[in-house]
Amino acid sequence: MSAIPQATAQPPSLRGYLREDGRKGIRNVVLVAYLVECAHHVSRKIVQHFDDLDVHLIGFPGCFPNDYASDMMNALCTHPNVGGVLLVSLGCESMDRDELREQIAASGRPVDLLVIQENGGTASTVARGIQSVGALREQMAQQVPVPMAMNELVVGTICGGSDGTSGITANPAVGRCFDRLVAEGAACMFEETGELIGCENIMAERAATPELGQQIQDSVAKAERYYRTMGFGSFAPGNADGGLTTLEEKSMGAYSKSGASPISGLLKPGDCPPAGGLYLLDVVPDGEPRFGFPNIADNAEIVEMIASGCHLTLFTTGRGSVVGSAISPVIKICANPETYEKLYGDMDVNAGRILNGDASLDEVGEEIYRQVRAVALGERSLSEQLGHQEFILTYKSFEPIGPGCLPVRRV
Amino acid sequence: MNDKAAAKEALILLHPSDNVLVATRTLRAGTRVVVGERPLELPQPLGVGHKMARWDMAQGEKVFKYGAPIGSLLAPVAAGAWVHMHNMTSDYLASHTRRREDRPPPSLQEPKP
Repeated sequence: MSAIPQATAQPPSLRGYLREDGRKGIRNVVLVAYLVECAHHVSRKIVQHFDDLDVHLIGFPGCFPNDYASDMMNALCTHPNVGGVLLVSLGCESMDRDELREQIAASGRPVDLLVIQENGGTASTVARGIQSVGALREQMAQQVPVPMAMNELVVGTICGGSDGTSGITANPAVGRCFDRLVAEGAACMFEETGELIGCENIMAERAATPELGQQIQDSVAKAERYYRTMGFGSFAPGNADGGLTTLEEKSMGAYSKSGASPISGLLKPGDCPPAGGLYLLDVVPDGEPRFGFPNIADNAEIVEMIASGCHLTLFTTGRGSVVGSAISPVIKICANPETYEKLYGDMDVNAGRILNGDASLDEVGEEIYRQVRAVALGERSLSEQLGHQEFILTYKSFEPIGPGCLPVRRV
Repeated sequence: MNDKAAAKEALILLHPSDNVLVATRTLRAGTRVVVGERPLELPQPLGVGHKMARWDMAQGEKVFKYGAPIGSLLAPVAAGAWVHMHNMTSDYLASHTRRREDRPPPSLQEPKP
Protein backbone atom coordinates (compact mmCIF):
# COMPACT_ATOMS: atom_id res chain seq x y z
CA MET A 1 0.00 0.00 0.00
CA SER A 2 1.23 3.47 -0.83
CA ALA A 3 1.32 6.62 1.20
CA ILE A 4 -1.91 8.41 1.93
CA PRO A 5 -2.41 11.92 0.50
CA GLN A 6 -1.94 14.58 3.15
CA ALA A 7 -4.10 17.66 3.34
CA THR A 8 -2.24 20.89 2.72
CA ALA A 9 -3.50 24.44 3.22
CA GLN A 10 -6.50 24.88 0.93
CA PRO A 11 -9.90 26.30 1.73
CA PRO A 12 -12.09 23.34 2.64
CA SER A 13 -15.14 23.21 0.42
CA LEU A 14 -16.33 19.65 1.01
CA ARG A 15 -17.22 17.67 4.12
CA GLY A 16 -15.98 14.22 5.02
CA TYR A 17 -15.76 11.62 7.79
CA LEU A 18 -12.23 11.71 9.22
CA ARG A 19 -10.57 8.28 9.58
CA GLU A 20 -7.54 7.44 11.72
CA ASP A 21 -5.22 7.19 8.69
CA GLY A 22 -5.97 10.85 7.88
CA ARG A 23 -8.19 10.15 4.89
CA LYS A 24 -11.76 11.40 4.81
CA GLY A 25 -14.88 9.67 3.47
CA ILE A 26 -17.76 11.27 1.56
CA ARG A 27 -20.07 8.50 2.82
CA ASN A 28 -20.31 6.55 6.07
CA VAL A 29 -21.40 3.08 5.02
CA VAL A 30 -21.59 -0.21 6.94
CA LEU A 31 -20.16 -3.14 5.01
CA VAL A 32 -21.38 -6.69 5.42
CA ALA A 33 -18.59 -8.78 3.89
CA TYR A 34 -18.79 -12.50 3.15
CA LEU A 35 -15.44 -14.26 3.12
CA VAL A 36 -16.49 -17.11 0.82
CA GLU A 37 -19.52 -17.72 -1.45
CA CYS A 38 -20.88 -20.13 1.20
CA ALA A 39 -21.49 -17.11 3.48
CA HIS A 40 -23.03 -14.95 0.73
CA HIS A 41 -26.67 -15.80 1.36
CA VAL A 42 -26.49 -15.15 5.11
CA SER A 43 -24.75 -11.82 4.43
CA ARG A 44 -27.32 -10.82 1.83
CA LYS A 45 -30.20 -11.57 4.22
CA ILE A 46 -28.62 -9.28 6.81
CA VAL A 47 -28.21 -6.47 4.26
CA GLN A 48 -31.74 -6.95 2.88
CA HIS A 49 -33.19 -6.59 6.37
CA PHE A 50 -31.96 -3.00 6.49
CA ASP A 51 -32.82 -2.06 2.88
CA ASP A 52 -30.70 1.05 3.46
CA LEU A 53 -28.63 3.02 0.93
CA ASP A 54 -25.72 2.98 3.40
CA VAL A 55 -25.64 -0.75 4.25
CA HIS A 56 -23.62 -2.49 1.51
CA LEU A 57 -22.80 -6.08 0.63
CA ILE A 58 -19.31 -7.05 -0.56
CA GLY A 59 -17.34 -10.28 -0.47
CA PHE A 60 -14.95 -12.75 -2.06
CA PRO A 61 -16.42 -16.00 -3.38
CA GLY A 62 -13.29 -18.17 -3.51
CA CYS A 63 -12.33 -20.82 -0.97
CA PHE A 64 -8.67 -21.02 -2.09
CA PRO A 65 -6.17 -18.49 -0.71
CA ASN A 66 -5.13 -15.49 -2.81
CA ASP A 67 -2.93 -12.57 -1.67
CA TYR A 68 -4.56 -10.13 -4.08
CA ALA A 69 -8.05 -10.95 -2.75
CA SER A 70 -6.90 -10.59 0.88
CA ASP A 71 -5.21 -7.26 0.15
CA MET A 72 -8.26 -6.01 -1.74
CA MET A 73 -10.64 -7.00 1.08
CA ASN A 74 -8.42 -5.16 3.55
CA ALA A 75 -8.20 -2.04 1.32
CA LEU A 76 -11.98 -2.06 0.77
CA CYS A 77 -12.91 -2.62 4.42
CA THR A 78 -10.64 0.30 5.43
CA HIS A 79 -11.76 2.62 2.59
CA PRO A 80 -12.54 6.14 3.84
CA ASN A 81 -16.21 5.83 2.80
CA VAL A 82 -16.56 2.83 5.17
CA GLY A 83 -17.46 3.48 8.82
CA GLY A 84 -17.88 -0.06 10.15
CA VAL A 85 -17.70 -3.69 9.02
CA LEU A 86 -19.43 -6.99 9.78
CA LEU A 87 -17.40 -9.97 8.48
CA VAL A 88 -19.36 -13.17 7.79
CA SER A 89 -17.37 -16.40 7.53
CA LEU A 90 -18.61 -19.92 6.92
CA GLY A 91 -15.73 -21.22 9.02
CA CYS A 92 -13.62 -23.51 6.84
CA GLU A 93 -12.58 -21.16 3.99
CA SER A 94 -8.98 -19.96 3.54
CA MET A 95 -9.48 -16.19 3.89
CA ASP A 96 -7.68 -15.21 7.11
CA ARG A 97 -10.68 -13.76 8.96
CA ASP A 98 -8.83 -12.97 12.20
CA GLU A 99 -6.08 -11.08 10.38
CA LEU A 100 -8.67 -9.10 8.38
CA ARG A 101 -10.62 -8.33 11.54
CA GLU A 102 -7.46 -7.11 13.29
CA GLN A 103 -6.53 -4.88 10.36
CA ILE A 104 -9.99 -3.29 10.34
CA ALA A 105 -9.92 -2.82 14.14
CA ALA A 106 -6.43 -1.28 13.85
CA SER A 107 -7.85 1.26 11.39
CA GLY A 108 -10.09 2.55 14.19
CA ARG A 109 -13.33 1.16 12.75
CA PRO A 110 -15.89 -0.81 14.70
CA VAL A 111 -15.83 -4.39 13.37
CA ASP A 112 -17.62 -7.63 14.17
CA LEU A 113 -17.09 -11.19 12.95
CA LEU A 114 -19.66 -13.97 12.74
CA VAL A 115 -18.72 -17.55 11.85
CA ILE A 116 -21.77 -19.43 10.59
CA GLN A 117 -20.48 -22.85 11.71
CA GLU A 118 -20.04 -21.52 15.27
CA ASN A 119 -23.30 -19.58 15.41
CA GLY A 120 -25.94 -22.24 14.89
CA GLY A 121 -26.30 -21.94 11.11
CA THR A 122 -28.25 -19.69 8.78
CA ALA A 123 -31.20 -18.38 10.79
CA SER A 124 -29.36 -17.59 13.98
CA THR A 125 -26.38 -16.03 12.16
CA VAL A 126 -28.75 -13.79 10.19
CA ALA A 127 -30.44 -12.74 13.47
CA ARG A 128 -27.11 -12.04 15.15
CA GLY A 129 -25.86 -10.21 12.07
CA ILE A 130 -28.87 -7.89 12.14
CA GLN A 131 -28.15 -7.09 15.80
CA SER A 132 -24.49 -6.57 14.99
CA VAL A 133 -25.12 -4.15 12.11
CA GLY A 134 -27.58 -2.27 14.32
CA ALA A 135 -24.87 -1.90 16.97
CA LEU A 136 -22.27 -0.83 14.38
CA ARG A 137 -24.65 1.83 13.09
CA GLU A 138 -25.18 3.20 16.59
CA GLN A 139 -21.43 3.58 17.05
CA MET A 140 -21.07 5.16 13.61
CA ALA A 141 -23.85 7.66 14.32
CA GLN A 142 -21.42 9.38 16.71
CA GLN A 143 -19.15 10.29 13.79
CA VAL A 144 -19.54 13.87 12.63
CA PRO A 145 -18.33 15.13 9.21
CA VAL A 146 -15.46 17.62 9.22
CA PRO A 147 -14.28 20.09 6.54
CA MET A 148 -12.60 18.38 3.58
CA ALA A 149 -10.61 20.05 0.79
CA MET A 150 -10.67 19.25 -2.94
CA ASN A 151 -7.09 18.02 -2.67
CA GLU A 152 -8.29 15.23 -0.36
CA LEU A 153 -10.65 13.88 -3.01
CA VAL A 154 -9.83 10.86 -5.23
CA VAL A 155 -11.94 10.38 -8.38
CA GLY A 156 -11.85 7.48 -10.84
CA THR A 157 -13.26 7.11 -14.34
CA ILE A 158 -14.34 4.13 -16.39
CA CYS A 159 -16.25 3.63 -19.62
CA GLY A 160 -18.70 0.78 -20.10
CA GLY A 161 -20.95 -0.11 -23.00
CA SER A 162 -18.89 2.22 -25.22
CA ASP A 163 -20.03 3.13 -28.71
CA GLY A 164 -19.06 5.49 -31.50
CA THR A 165 -20.36 8.48 -29.52
CA SER A 166 -18.39 7.80 -26.30
CA GLY A 167 -15.10 9.13 -27.65
CA ILE A 168 -16.72 12.26 -29.06
CA THR A 169 -18.93 13.42 -26.18
CA ALA A 170 -18.82 11.85 -22.70
CA ASN A 171 -15.17 10.76 -22.60
CA PRO A 172 -13.57 14.06 -23.63
CA ALA A 173 -16.06 15.88 -21.36
CA VAL A 174 -14.83 13.76 -18.41
CA GLY A 175 -11.32 14.69 -19.57
CA ARG A 176 -12.20 18.40 -19.16
CA CYS A 177 -13.58 17.69 -15.68
CA PHE A 178 -10.42 15.74 -14.78
CA ASP A 179 -8.21 18.64 -15.93
CA ARG A 180 -10.08 20.96 -13.57
CA LEU A 181 -10.01 18.50 -10.64
CA VAL A 182 -6.27 17.91 -11.10
CA ALA A 183 -5.68 21.69 -11.26
CA GLU A 184 -7.50 21.97 -7.92
CA GLY A 185 -5.25 19.34 -6.35
CA ALA A 186 -7.49 16.27 -6.50
CA ALA A 187 -6.13 12.85 -7.46
CA CYS A 188 -7.76 11.41 -10.60
CA MET A 189 -7.42 7.89 -11.91
CA PHE A 190 -8.12 6.22 -15.25
CA GLU A 191 -7.60 2.56 -16.06
CA GLU A 192 -7.85 -0.60 -18.05
CA THR A 193 -4.55 -0.77 -19.89
CA GLY A 194 -6.18 -3.47 -22.07
CA GLU A 195 -8.55 -0.76 -23.33
CA LEU A 196 -5.64 1.59 -24.01
CA ILE A 197 -3.91 -0.70 -26.52
CA GLY A 198 -2.79 1.57 -29.35
CA CYS A 199 -2.44 4.63 -27.06
CA GLU A 200 0.80 3.54 -25.36
CA ASN A 201 3.08 5.98 -27.18
CA ILE A 202 0.96 9.09 -26.78
CA MET A 203 0.44 8.21 -23.10
CA ALA A 204 4.17 7.75 -22.55
CA GLU A 205 4.76 11.25 -23.93
CA ARG A 206 2.54 12.65 -21.19
CA ALA A 207 4.38 10.85 -18.36
CA ALA A 208 6.04 13.00 -15.71
CA THR A 209 9.40 11.25 -16.33
CA PRO A 210 10.84 9.14 -19.20
CA GLU A 211 11.18 6.24 -16.76
CA LEU A 212 7.45 6.39 -15.99
CA GLY A 213 6.75 6.62 -19.73
CA GLN A 214 8.61 3.34 -20.22
CA GLN A 215 6.63 1.71 -17.38
CA ILE A 216 3.39 2.82 -19.05
CA GLN A 217 4.46 1.36 -22.40
CA ASP A 218 5.44 -1.89 -20.66
CA SER A 219 2.08 -2.09 -18.88
CA VAL A 220 0.17 -1.78 -22.19
CA ALA A 221 2.45 -4.39 -23.83
CA LYS A 222 1.66 -6.70 -20.89
CA ALA A 223 -2.06 -6.10 -21.43
CA GLU A 224 -1.80 -6.93 -25.13
CA ARG A 225 0.07 -10.18 -24.36
CA TYR A 226 -2.49 -11.11 -21.74
CA TYR A 227 -5.53 -10.47 -23.92
CA ARG A 228 -3.89 -12.28 -26.83
CA THR A 229 -3.63 -15.37 -24.62
CA MET A 230 -7.29 -14.98 -23.66
CA GLY A 231 -8.14 -14.96 -27.38
CA PHE A 232 -10.25 -11.80 -27.17
CA GLY A 233 -9.55 -8.11 -26.81
CA SER A 234 -11.67 -6.05 -24.45
CA PHE A 235 -14.34 -5.53 -27.08
CA ALA A 236 -18.00 -6.50 -26.61
CA PRO A 237 -20.63 -7.04 -29.33
CA GLY A 238 -22.45 -3.88 -28.20
CA ASN A 239 -19.34 -1.85 -29.02
CA ALA A 240 -19.68 -2.95 -32.65
CA ASP A 241 -23.45 -2.28 -32.75
CA GLY A 242 -22.61 1.25 -31.65
CA GLY A 243 -20.19 1.87 -34.51
CA LEU A 244 -16.85 0.90 -32.98
CA THR A 245 -14.92 -1.47 -35.24
CA THR A 246 -11.56 -2.17 -33.61
CA LEU A 247 -9.94 -2.33 -30.20
CA GLU A 248 -7.60 0.56 -31.01
CA GLU A 249 -10.56 2.70 -32.10
CA LYS A 250 -12.27 1.96 -28.77
CA SER A 251 -8.97 2.73 -27.02
CA MET A 252 -8.61 6.16 -28.63
CA GLY A 253 -12.11 7.05 -27.47
CA ALA A 254 -11.51 5.70 -23.97
CA TYR A 255 -8.19 7.49 -23.68
CA SER A 256 -9.83 10.93 -23.96
CA LYS A 257 -11.30 10.44 -20.46
CA SER A 258 -7.82 11.14 -19.09
CA GLY A 259 -7.88 14.80 -20.18
CA ALA A 260 -4.66 16.68 -20.84
CA SER A 261 -2.82 16.73 -17.49
CA PRO A 262 0.62 15.15 -17.22
CA ILE A 263 0.51 11.54 -15.97
CA SER A 264 1.96 11.54 -12.44
CA GLY A 265 2.17 7.82 -11.78
CA LEU A 266 1.27 4.23 -12.52
CA LEU A 267 -0.65 2.38 -9.78
CA LYS A 268 -1.84 -1.19 -9.26
CA PRO A 269 -5.07 -2.10 -7.47
CA GLY A 270 -4.79 -1.19 -3.78
CA ASP A 271 -2.06 1.44 -4.30
CA CYS A 272 -3.35 4.88 -3.33
CA PRO A 273 -2.17 8.05 -5.12
CA PRO A 274 0.56 9.64 -2.96
CA ALA A 275 -0.55 13.18 -3.92
CA GLY A 276 -2.87 15.00 -6.30
CA GLY A 277 -2.44 14.50 -10.04
CA LEU A 278 -3.46 12.10 -12.80
CA TYR A 279 -2.71 8.38 -12.39
CA LEU A 280 -3.04 5.33 -14.63
CA LEU A 281 -4.23 2.16 -12.86
CA ASP A 282 -2.70 -1.04 -14.26
CA VAL A 283 -5.39 -3.67 -13.74
CA VAL A 284 -3.90 -6.50 -15.84
CA PRO A 285 -2.33 -9.25 -13.67
CA ASP A 286 1.41 -9.94 -13.72
CA GLY A 287 3.00 -13.20 -14.76
CA GLU A 288 1.51 -15.95 -16.89
CA PRO A 289 -2.27 -15.63 -17.38
CA ARG A 290 -3.69 -17.83 -14.63
CA PHE A 291 -7.20 -16.93 -13.56
CA GLY A 292 -8.91 -15.92 -16.81
CA PHE A 293 -9.89 -12.48 -18.09
CA PRO A 294 -8.29 -9.59 -16.20
CA ASN A 295 -11.67 -8.06 -15.35
CA ILE A 296 -14.79 -10.06 -16.10
CA ALA A 297 -17.04 -6.96 -16.18
CA ASP A 298 -16.97 -3.22 -15.50
CA ASN A 299 -17.67 -3.53 -11.76
CA ALA A 300 -14.44 -5.48 -11.18
CA GLU A 301 -12.55 -2.39 -12.43
CA ILE A 302 -14.65 -0.02 -10.34
CA VAL A 303 -13.89 -2.10 -7.24
CA GLU A 304 -10.15 -1.91 -8.01
CA MET A 305 -10.29 1.87 -8.33
CA ILE A 306 -12.15 2.02 -5.00
CA ALA A 307 -9.44 -0.16 -3.43
CA SER A 308 -7.00 2.49 -4.70
CA GLY A 309 -8.90 5.12 -2.74
CA CYS A 310 -11.52 6.48 -5.16
CA HIS A 311 -14.33 8.30 -3.35
CA LEU A 312 -16.50 8.26 -6.46
CA THR A 313 -16.43 7.05 -10.05
CA LEU A 314 -17.34 8.85 -13.30
CA PHE A 315 -18.86 6.20 -15.57
CA THR A 316 -19.31 7.07 -19.25
CA THR A 317 -21.60 4.93 -21.38
CA GLY A 318 -22.84 4.97 -24.95
CA ARG A 319 -24.97 1.82 -25.14
CA GLY A 320 -26.33 2.46 -21.66
CA SER A 321 -24.90 0.76 -18.58
CA VAL A 322 -27.07 1.12 -15.46
CA VAL A 323 -24.63 -0.10 -12.77
CA GLY A 324 -23.52 1.64 -9.61
CA SER A 325 -21.18 0.22 -6.98
CA ALA A 326 -20.86 -0.76 -3.36
CA ILE A 327 -18.78 1.62 -1.17
CA SER A 328 -18.36 4.59 -3.56
CA PRO A 329 -21.05 6.39 -5.59
CA VAL A 330 -21.05 6.19 -9.40
CA ILE A 331 -22.02 9.19 -11.56
CA LYS A 332 -23.34 8.10 -14.95
CA ILE A 333 -22.51 10.21 -18.03
CA CYS A 334 -24.44 9.20 -21.16
CA ALA A 335 -22.58 9.75 -24.44
CA ASN A 336 -25.32 8.84 -26.91
CA PRO A 337 -28.40 11.10 -27.23
CA GLU A 338 -30.54 8.18 -28.50
CA THR A 339 -29.58 6.09 -25.45
CA TYR A 340 -30.32 9.03 -23.15
CA GLU A 341 -33.87 9.21 -24.51
CA LYS A 342 -34.35 5.54 -23.53
CA LEU A 343 -32.49 5.46 -20.19
CA TYR A 344 -32.65 9.02 -18.81
CA GLY A 345 -33.78 7.69 -15.41
CA ASP A 346 -30.32 6.14 -14.99
CA MET A 347 -28.17 8.93 -16.41
CA ASP A 348 -26.88 11.80 -14.27
CA VAL A 349 -25.45 13.76 -17.22
CA ASN A 350 -26.57 13.88 -20.87
CA ALA A 351 -23.33 14.40 -22.79
CA GLY A 352 -25.21 13.48 -26.00
CA ARG A 353 -26.35 17.13 -26.07
CA ILE A 354 -22.94 17.80 -27.62
CA LEU A 355 -23.94 15.82 -30.74
CA ASN A 356 -27.25 17.66 -31.00
CA GLY A 357 -25.34 20.93 -30.93
CA ASP A 358 -27.03 21.90 -27.63
CA ALA A 359 -23.88 22.05 -25.49
CA SER A 360 -20.12 22.32 -25.83
CA LEU A 361 -17.55 19.92 -24.38
CA ASP A 362 -16.56 22.61 -21.87
CA GLU A 363 -20.16 23.06 -20.73
CA VAL A 364 -20.68 19.33 -20.19
CA GLY A 365 -17.26 19.10 -18.49
CA GLU A 366 -18.40 21.86 -16.12
CA GLU A 367 -21.69 20.03 -15.46
CA ILE A 368 -19.76 16.84 -14.57
CA TYR A 369 -17.51 18.86 -12.26
CA ARG A 370 -20.58 20.29 -10.47
CA GLN A 371 -22.00 16.76 -10.10
CA VAL A 372 -18.72 15.59 -8.56
CA ARG A 373 -18.93 18.34 -5.96
CA ALA A 374 -22.62 17.72 -5.27
CA VAL A 375 -22.17 13.97 -4.82
CA ALA A 376 -19.05 14.52 -2.71
CA LEU A 377 -21.20 16.80 -0.52
CA GLY A 378 -23.70 14.01 0.04
CA GLU A 379 -26.22 14.32 -2.81
CA ARG A 380 -27.14 10.84 -4.08
CA SER A 381 -26.23 9.98 -7.68
CA LEU A 382 -29.04 8.30 -9.66
CA SER A 383 -27.50 4.80 -9.49
CA GLU A 384 -27.04 5.31 -5.74
CA GLN A 385 -30.69 6.40 -5.30
CA LEU A 386 -31.81 3.38 -7.30
CA GLY A 387 -29.93 1.11 -4.89
CA HIS A 388 -27.27 -0.11 -7.32
CA GLN A 389 -24.47 -1.60 -5.20
CA GLU A 390 -22.79 -4.01 -7.64
CA PHE A 391 -19.57 -5.65 -6.52
CA ILE A 392 -17.12 -8.09 -8.17
CA LEU A 393 -13.89 -9.47 -6.71
CA THR A 394 -12.13 -12.41 -8.36
CA TYR A 395 -8.75 -14.17 -8.31
CA LYS A 396 -5.68 -12.29 -9.61
CA SER A 397 -1.99 -11.95 -8.93
CA PHE A 398 0.19 -8.85 -9.02
CA GLU A 399 3.80 -7.96 -8.42
CA PRO A 400 4.35 -4.69 -6.51
CA ILE A 401 4.75 -1.58 -8.72
CA GLY A 402 8.30 -1.06 -9.92
CA PRO A 403 10.66 1.81 -9.15
CA GLY A 404 9.88 4.80 -11.32
CA CYS A 405 6.11 4.28 -11.22
CA LEU A 406 5.54 7.06 -8.69
CA PRO A 407 8.11 9.79 -9.40
CA VAL A 408 5.87 12.23 -7.54
CA ARG A 409 6.99 10.60 -4.27
CA ARG A 410 10.46 11.98 -4.73
CA VAL A 411 9.28 15.57 -5.07
CA MET B 1 -32.86 16.09 -44.20
CA ASN B 2 -32.26 16.91 -47.83
CA ASP B 3 -31.00 20.43 -47.33
CA LYS B 4 -27.26 20.94 -47.19
CA ALA B 5 -27.04 22.45 -43.73
CA ALA B 6 -28.78 19.55 -42.01
CA ALA B 7 -26.77 17.04 -44.01
CA LYS B 8 -23.51 18.69 -42.98
CA GLU B 9 -24.36 18.48 -39.28
CA ALA B 10 -25.23 14.83 -39.67
CA LEU B 11 -21.56 13.88 -40.10
CA ILE B 12 -18.54 15.24 -38.29
CA LEU B 13 -14.82 15.21 -39.02
CA LEU B 14 -12.96 14.60 -35.74
CA HIS B 15 -9.47 15.43 -37.01
CA PRO B 16 -8.28 17.09 -40.24
CA SER B 17 -6.17 14.06 -41.22
CA ASP B 18 -9.02 11.55 -40.78
CA ASN B 19 -10.35 9.58 -43.77
CA VAL B 20 -13.68 8.74 -42.09
CA LEU B 21 -16.56 10.89 -40.86
CA VAL B 22 -18.80 10.02 -37.88
CA ALA B 23 -22.63 10.17 -37.93
CA THR B 24 -24.08 12.40 -35.20
CA ARG B 25 -27.53 10.84 -35.60
CA THR B 26 -29.03 7.80 -37.30
CA LEU B 27 -29.22 8.41 -41.07
CA ARG B 28 -31.39 6.61 -43.61
CA ALA B 29 -30.12 5.15 -46.86
CA GLY B 30 -30.47 7.79 -49.55
CA THR B 31 -29.73 10.69 -47.19
CA ARG B 32 -27.91 13.36 -49.20
CA VAL B 33 -24.61 14.48 -47.72
CA VAL B 34 -21.79 16.70 -48.94
CA VAL B 35 -18.29 15.34 -48.44
CA GLY B 36 -15.73 18.00 -49.21
CA GLU B 37 -17.19 19.46 -52.41
CA ARG B 38 -18.78 16.23 -53.46
CA PRO B 39 -22.53 15.59 -53.03
CA LEU B 40 -23.38 11.97 -52.22
CA GLU B 41 -26.40 9.84 -51.41
CA LEU B 42 -25.79 7.35 -48.60
CA PRO B 43 -25.82 3.89 -50.20
CA GLN B 44 -26.79 2.35 -46.84
CA PRO B 45 -28.18 3.49 -43.47
CA LEU B 46 -25.66 4.81 -40.97
CA GLY B 47 -26.23 4.55 -37.20
CA VAL B 48 -25.25 7.29 -34.76
CA GLY B 49 -21.53 6.90 -33.98
CA HIS B 50 -20.85 4.87 -37.13
CA LYS B 51 -18.17 5.75 -39.68
CA MET B 52 -18.40 6.75 -43.36
CA ALA B 53 -15.52 6.86 -45.88
CA ARG B 54 -14.48 10.44 -46.66
CA TRP B 55 -13.06 9.47 -50.06
CA ASP B 56 -12.32 6.35 -52.16
CA MET B 57 -9.78 4.09 -50.43
CA ALA B 58 -7.84 0.96 -51.37
CA GLN B 59 -7.66 -2.41 -49.63
CA GLY B 60 -4.93 -2.40 -46.97
CA GLU B 61 -5.15 1.35 -46.40
CA LYS B 62 -5.10 2.48 -42.76
CA VAL B 63 -8.26 4.06 -41.39
CA PHE B 64 -7.67 7.28 -39.42
CA LYS B 65 -10.00 8.61 -36.69
CA TYR B 66 -9.06 11.18 -34.00
CA GLY B 67 -5.96 11.64 -36.19
CA ALA B 68 -4.77 8.16 -35.19
CA PRO B 69 -4.71 4.83 -37.06
CA ILE B 70 -7.58 2.62 -35.84
CA GLY B 71 -7.14 -0.38 -38.20
CA SER B 72 -6.78 -1.37 -41.87
CA LEU B 73 -9.22 -1.88 -44.74
CA LEU B 74 -9.97 -5.47 -45.79
CA ALA B 75 -11.52 -4.29 -49.08
CA PRO B 76 -11.62 -1.18 -51.23
CA VAL B 77 -14.32 1.32 -50.19
CA ALA B 78 -15.95 4.17 -52.10
CA ALA B 79 -16.57 7.64 -50.71
CA GLY B 80 -19.80 7.54 -48.69
CA ALA B 81 -19.51 3.85 -47.83
CA TRP B 82 -20.09 2.53 -44.32
CA VAL B 83 -16.75 1.51 -42.76
CA HIS B 84 -17.15 -1.23 -40.15
CA MET B 85 -16.51 -4.90 -39.33
CA HIS B 86 -17.31 -6.06 -42.89
CA ASN B 87 -14.52 -4.05 -44.52
CA MET B 88 -11.92 -3.24 -41.87
CA THR B 89 -9.92 -4.99 -39.11
CA SER B 90 -7.76 -4.23 -36.09
CA ASP B 91 -3.98 -4.01 -36.42
CA TYR B 92 -3.79 -5.37 -32.85
CA LEU B 93 -6.39 -7.91 -31.69
CA ALA B 94 -9.39 -9.06 -33.73
CA SER B 95 -12.80 -7.92 -32.51
CA HIS B 96 -15.63 -10.35 -31.81
CA THR B 97 -19.37 -9.92 -32.25
CA ARG B 98 -22.42 -12.01 -31.50
CA ARG B 99 -23.76 -11.95 -35.06
CA ARG B 100 -22.54 -12.34 -38.63
CA GLU B 101 -20.04 -9.60 -39.26
CA ASP B 102 -21.13 -8.69 -42.77
CA ARG B 103 -24.68 -7.70 -41.84
CA PRO B 104 -25.74 -4.41 -40.32
CA PRO B 105 -27.26 -4.85 -36.84
CA PRO B 106 -31.10 -4.94 -36.90
CA SER B 107 -31.27 -1.48 -35.36
CA LEU B 108 -29.57 -0.08 -38.46
CA GLN B 109 -31.42 -1.86 -41.18
CA GLU B 110 -34.31 0.59 -41.45
CA PRO B 111 -33.82 3.49 -39.11
CA LYS B 112 -36.82 5.70 -38.47
CA PRO B 113 -36.68 9.22 -39.89
